[in-house]
Amino acid sequence: MTETASRDLFPGALEMMILESLRRRPAHGYALVQHIQQRSNNLLQVEEGSLYPALQRLLKAKLVKADWGVSSTNRRVRTYQITASGLRHLEQQISSFERMFEGITLVLNPGRSPAN
Amino acid sequence: MHWIPNIFRRNKLYNDLSEEIRLHVEERTEQLIREGLSPQDAERQARLAFGNRTLVAERSREVWQWPTLESILADVRFALRQLRRSPGFTIAAVLTLALAIGANAVVFGIMDGLILRPLNVPEAESLYGTQYGDGSGFQAYPNYLDLRDRNRSFDGLAAFNMVFVGLDTGNDPTLASGFATSGNYFDVLRIHPYLGRFFNASDEHGPKSAPYVVLSYAYWHSRFQEDRAVVGRTIQIDKHPFTILGVAPMKMGGTLLFVNPDFYMPIVNQEQAGADNTLASRSNIHGIFEVFGHLKPGVTPAQATAEVNSVGAALQKAYPKEVSHRDTTLGREGLTSFAGPVREFVAGLMLLAGLILLAACANLGSLFAARASDRSREVALRLALGSSRTRILRQLLTEAILISLAGGALGLAGSVVLLRKLSVWSPFPGVALHIPVTPDAKIYAVALVLALVSGFLFGIVPVRQVLRANPYEIVKAGSNARGSRRLTVRDVLLVLQIAVCAILVTSSLVAVRGLVRSLHTHSGFEPDNATVINANLAMAGYSGDQVLPMQKRIIAAIGSIRGVEHVGLVNSYPPLVYGAATGANIFRDETRDLKPSNVAAMPFKYDVSPGYFEAAGTALLAGRDFSWRDDKNAPPVALVNREFSRILFGSVPNAMGKYFRLQDGTRVQIVGVVEDGKYLSLTEDQQPAMFLSSVRSPLSEAFVIVRTHPTPGRDAQQLAAAMRSKLRELDSGLPADIQSWNTLLEVVQFPSRVATMALGVLGGMGAMLAITGIFGMAAYSVSKRLRELGIRIALGAQRREVLQAALGRPLKLLALGSAAGLILGLMATKVLAFIVYQATPRDPLVLGGVVFAMLVLGLLASWIPAQRALNIDPLILLREE
Repeated sequence: MTETASRDLFPGALEMMILESLRRRPAHGYALVQHIQQRSNNLLQVEEGSLYPALQRLLKAKLVKADWGVSSTNRRVRTYQITASGLRHLEQQISSFERMFEGITLVLNPGRSPAN
Repeated sequence: MHWIPNIFRRNKLYNDLSEEIRLHVEERTEQLIREGLSPQDAERQARLAFGNRTLVAERSREVWQWPTLESILADVRFALRQLRRSPGFTIAAVLTLALAIGANAVVFGIMDGLILRPLNVPEAESLYGTQYGDGSGFQAYPNYLDLRDRNRSFDGLAAFNMVFVGLDTGNDPTLASGFATSGNYFDVLRIHPYLGRFFNASDEHGPKSAPYVVLSYAYWHSRFQEDRAVVGRTIQIDKHPFTILGVAPMKMGGTLLFVNPDFYMPIVNQEQAGADNTLASRSNIHGIFEVFGHLKPGVTPAQATAEVNSVGAALQKAYPKEVSHRDTTLGREGLTSFAGPVREFVAGLMLLAGLILLAACANLGSLFAARASDRSREVALRLALGSSRTRILRQLLTEAILISLAGGALGLAGSVVLLRKLSVWSPFPGVALHIPVTPDAKIYAVALVLALVSGFLFGIVPVRQVLRANPYEIVKAGSNARGSRRLTVRDVLLVLQIAVCAILVTSSLVAVRGLVRSLHTHSGFEPDNATVINANLAMAGYSGDQVLPMQKRIIAAIGSIRGVEHVGLVNSYPPLVYGAATGANIFRDETRDLKPSNVAAMPFKYDVSPGYFEAAGTALLAGRDFSWRDDKNAPPVALVNREFSRILFGSVPNAMGKYFRLQDGTRVQIVGVVEDGKYLSLTEDQQPAMFLSSVRSPLSEAFVIVRTHPTPGRDAQQLAAAMRSKLRELDSGLPADIQSWNTLLEVVQFPSRVATMALGVLGGMGAMLAITGIFGMAAYSVSKRLRELGIRIALGAQRREVLQAALGRPLKLLALGSAAGLILGLMATKVLAFIVYQATPRDPLVLGGVVFAMLVLGLLASWIPAQRALNIDPLILLREE
């Protein structure tokens, strides 16, 4: 809801990171939290309060699928896997994110901005 | 449409989710234990890190839901549970609202029936016409014909009159009322017959050329038992043969509000139906009742009015002696001369019903506010547990809407029953008077909208309270410990509500007083012990010279009955009967040019026989009564009322023996003066009246007034039977309609009776709302302060002091509201004076009555809370906390 959106970096960022993590390796919720935290050198704290609704959204959009299984640590877990349409979606998202990031950088970096 | 299968998969999805979340926290806990925390600390920290599990689960589930609908359903379920837990509150709230919405739905139904669609004919909204008595000059038949042929605004113009006849299908003459209409009447109305055919313009070939009759569906049903073979049969109307052409459709009720004719006949034949042959006269402004037609497409009422007035002006120019045209405005057909009073009455009702609804909303608003503050702890807990304020407000509003819908449904059901009753109600037997209301979809819609609006109105009262609630404070301090002294929303609402109720109580008292007084005003005659016989000789076929001898025979025969004191006769209607009276222009004796601008007065005109004044109980102030010698050959004489002599001659003695002139130039001498009276309506200002000798101008359409004197063993019914048999002896073909004058007066009193009844009901509802409002407030204030009161009692407070503490505030508010309501109510009742005769607010009895009523209401309503306050046992109370 509105609160989660404001805690996100920007709308869709969390979903993108989840999909990217899952592209490397299928994982369950807890592992996703750990993984994103480690990969970002603890810069990004994923809140469970946002993670699970996001996972449900992805499930509903059929970008990921979930199966009950057993983890490497021998725990019963629900493992999420990226789907083919999830992969396509991720690629689109990343390319549009890169363009946006480039735009933001141009605006924020006055030296390279043609307008100044 | 994924959500359809989702609904079935949902349980599995939700279970997976809960399990997943549980495992997540478990894994985290184990991780923390491995890092060296004790199991308890680890679990606690894992939970803290995860946050509000319920909320997370709910938000995750929302992804799958059809969100608003499902959460609304959940709210509804929760609200129903909440309401079931406090049935007293629920029932009180629903009933309050049902009353208010029911009242509004009924009033709307009446407005819909009377004002929005007075006529049940196609495209009634484009039907416009002249109004009866507007003086435009189109109430003369030849003028109507000219207007019909000259105008370009109307798609055909029709005209009609009312006729009252004796209708005989074999050997059973009974009274029937009908419309005598122009030939094009049904074509102009665009109506098709239910059975047979209608007459039309081509059937008319001059006077008495179209002896046809069309029955109304209702009359066909009641008199002819829906016999389809009736078409083509010949019946007798006032002893003249008429052929039944067809039957009008069921819904067609004529073109006049309230009055549904039994039959329709061509206006060219109305002379045979007892009406004077006044059709040919251009100067007779009572020649026809109304003229109407559909405006052509694109023609505005203003354009049509302008054209009608220009035709009128042209006619006046062409016939200066006969036509005096007065500018008229066209009105929607059907309401006619009732339009003004009916609109005022309905507007008054709407206003009062609106006030009732407002009071009910204020009542429920304060109930809801009280409930919300009682539940402040629950609300605080929910806020603390992470529920959003919007969610809580939605929840409260859902409760309000549920109550308002239930109340609306109940009120609507009641109003539909009431309206159905009203639409089949015929207040006067023998008078074709109907109140055309039928509950339909519009009323359902209005009730629904009212319910929703009022639900929002009282539902938002506690909003501020909830928005400002600080969960930590409330949970810490217990429920609402601040005994605030400042004016709260609830106080304002209570004052508002009581003010509204006081307005209603005031208006109903004013109306009742007015009615009582109007029933006891002297109307210039004595209706007690007076019987009125509708002796319309035309119905038995008398005309011309046969009329007077027969009338003399009737008077003699009735006078011979034991118990009858006086008998007299009046042409046309007696005063105050059926709201019908005729006026006539009179001129001063010295006036030579009898043009409209020289008219000295326009008194009511009655033609009466010798003995009429004694029979009617009208006191003779000076001079003599008529005698049978005051006939065509004698010099014309008149009796006038006191007002007449005052206007023309200054005083009663001055008027005696003086002369005045009638419109036709006749010089009339005043031989007597009688007391003033009421003639057309009870609310009229004192009007002049003159009485001419009926012996000079006998009319077949006459009413015989019989003054009886109550003899032991001979009651009114026996006397009526004796009169009936006397009449039958004289002529068996005479439909003898015998009624007491008082019964006939009920028609005149009908509007004020209805108004009083309606106001009485609304006033009663207002009083009930006042009781529930004060009760709610007082009970709440006592229950809130039980502990404080207990301490006071423990410290030795006296009963009086306890009561003052507990009820002082509600009663102060009551006084404030009553005072405001009383003042507003008195201002509002000025409006009532239009409907209810002598409804004056400056009446000590009314003022006292309102104060007393509000006092009693206050005492009644605070009785139980007061008892509760007095019976507090401080020990038990203090121990509890």
